[in-house]
Amino acid sequence: MAEETQPSSRPSPKGQGDSTPAAGSGRPTPATGPRLASQGGAGALLEVRDLARDFDVSRPWLNRMLEGAPRQLLHAVDGVSFTINRGETLSLVGESGCGKSTVARLICGLYAPTRGSILFDGTDLAKIAVRNDMLAMRRRFQMIFQDPYASLNPRWRVERIIAEPIRSHKLIKDDRAIRKRVGELLTQVGLSPLDGEKYPHEFSGGQRQRISIARALSSNPEFLVCDEPTSALDVSVQAQILNLMKDLQREHGLTYLFISHNLAVVSHISNRVGVMYLGHIVEIAATRMLFDRPLHPYTRMLQSAIPDITMSGKARTPVAGEVPNPLDPPTGCAFNPRCPHAREKCRTTRPELLPFEGAQVACHGIHEGWVPIRMAETIPA
Amino acid sequence: MPVEVQGSRGQMTETSRQAANPQPHPLPGQREAGALLQVKNLRVEFNTRRGTLVAIDDVSFDIAPGEVLGVVGESGAGKSITGTAIIGLLERPGRIAGGEILLSGSRIDNLPAAQMRKIRGRQIGAIFQDPLTSLNPLYTVGRQITETIEQHLPMSSAQARARAIELLGEVGIPAPERRIDHYPHQFSGGMRQRVVIALALCANPRLIIADEPTTALDVSIQAQIITLLKRLGRDHGTAVMLVTHDMGVIAETADRVAVMYAGRIVEIGPVQQVIHDPQHPYTAGLMGSIPTVGQDVERLPQIEGSMPRLNAIPAGCAFNPRCPRVFDRCRVERPHLIAANQTQAACWLHAPERRAPDAGQEWSQGAVHG
Repeated sequence: MAEETQPSSRPSPKGQGDSTPAAGSGRPTPATGPRLASQGGAGALLEVRDLARDFDVSRPWLNRMLEGAPRQLLHAVDGVSFTINRGETLSLVGESGCGKSTVARLICGLYAPTRGSILFDGTDLAKIAVRNDMLAMRRRFQMIFQDPYASLNPRWRVERIIAEPIRSHKLIKDDRAIRKRVGELLTQVGLSPLDGEKYPHEFSGGQRQRISIARALSSNPEFLVCDEPTSALDVSVQAQILNLMKDLQREHGLTYLFISHNLAVVSHISNRVGVMYLGHIVEIAATRMLFDRPLHPYTRMLQSAIPDITMSGKARTPVAGEVPNPLDPPTGCAFNPRCPHAREKCRTTRPELLPFEGAQVACHGIHEGWVPIRMAETIPA
Repeated sequence: MPVEVQGSRGQMTETSRQAANPQPHPLPGQREAGALLQVKNLRVEFNTRRGTLVAIDDVSFDIAPGEVLGVVGESGAGKSITGTAIIGLLERPGRIAGGEILLSGSRIDNLPAAQMRKIRGRQIGAIFQDPLTSLNPLYTVGRQITETIEQHLPMSSAQARARAIELLGEVGIPAPERRIDHYPHQFSGGMRQRVVIALALCANPRLIIADEPTTALDVSIQAQIITLLKRLGRDHGTAVMLVTHDMGVIAETADRVAVMYAGRIVEIGPVQQVIHDPQHPYTAGLMGSIPTVGQDVERLPQIEGSMPRLNAIPAGCAFNPRCPRVFDRCRVERPHLIAANQTQAACWLHAPERRAPDAGQEWSQGAVHG
């Protein structure tokens, strides 16, 4: 498969920083809360430009030689651009395989990008040559993973788990001071300082996720990447963790990149939401705007697919089809085979992510005016 | 403590039976009882080295033909074990230690394995969470479906194959005459779950136990599967016991809902009432803690703590350590299901001598940590 057929269709990295957290949103934002002195004023903390990551899923070398099979590349993330301002929460939503977790891992440096750049506080992460500078940068962002059972070392005591970032970044030298700090962190996340003596298996899923959060906070980061932090948890525990994350954001002026497939959770926690489909961002807007006036047909489809707990009895748009095979994505707009409004242009030209009335959307129909814009028939807030 | 659920919910059974189409399997005896499946005081125990764990304790409910009963609860509440006990697939050391399970009036909990195997598939179909593990990867889906059909129905291979194609078409698989000869790995997750549903339906069972049928699927596929389950239940008059942790799925699908907590039913009633006017403080807290799109709150109401482990279920009401409205009686005496508004709740707040409606009023915005 050719690496990329349409160089002209890359989303432009420009014009992303203009949506402030509160734009179009009536809800109080954590950005207005108290801030640490070190964190300065508002503005972009993280900027991602044309980020892409391919995975080589070819057959083994010998098969390729014998069978003449070509190399096969999976474009997991293909030209994604966004910015996150200080103190705000940007969420990425999408169905499995859309590339949202790959974005999270690219930002944390767990994968190297194939293309594009990641700027943290104005510094391009790929251009940091000195190891110590990289370490200092790494201290400033941390990650919370989905599975609290897999992300904690079962053979370490909780205290050692939480102290690991402190020790590896040599933030505190004195062992007694480290212990005191771990106690504070445990208290912050709603556990007891005495819990440091225990092993992870002695905790429930929700408590383990609290330990993960304490570990992430231990290096005093400014930015947390949260990859589905509540999807392994029960709803009542999910509420506890979401509340805790909001409290911590307010207290420490944290900035979150929140990855989730759950639109309801996303609408609760975020200031802005980006919707991903097959490696692209198809729409990005302030939360309230995105849910009140979904633009992209895929966003509308996702929204109408949420089971309606209020049982308002609203008619549901029938949802058709499935996500296509990412190894063989459709030409043009990736959503065109499922889109009720698709036209010839959608099958040939990939739409760019362009500003539209305060949001950004990648849809020919919206920009050219032949997809009707309607307000979501949502529940009154 | 014996709990008779059947008596006081007669009118609900009536309405849901009217709503359903005429049943393809009218059975003598069913009419009087009005229920297809009756579970009475079910108790499931696990014998372990450290003593006996009671996973299901005194659970009673029934399902009418054509009715969808949702069973919700958090992990470890015992909802899946209840389903497994009904289809007779409890694995050691689990065992039914008390109570009865009746299908159309006759007991099925004490049947020998060979007889139970005939009921399973023929009268009770099962859909499990992970469609990949419930299909055999070595056989085509057609072979798996025709095998089940031939096992239970007097049909020739050709008839069985025709019926398999018809079923695959009915569950929404495009080009079923071609897809029938494909292997499970050639189907996507959503399509595989449709095959599992076709498999569960193939002998026209009267009851389907669906254990988290949409949990492994994406939201857009989940919506398709829910719609399918609803339509099939309606068209075939099949009763469905839908086990899930997702209140949204229940709200969309179920007629009645049973909320489980620590192996017990804490509330059971029509889905509208349980969702909009929950009578048990746990149900109220659970409903409040679910974020919804369009809701504008800074903090979600939260239930402090977590569900007790099976070896440390508190005395009295199992929810009492987390309950904001706990009083003395809750700590000593275990509540049974009491009629409360239009549902039944296992909560002393609704004891006749103490009427205190609106179980939800004391859920605050949750305590702030740190």
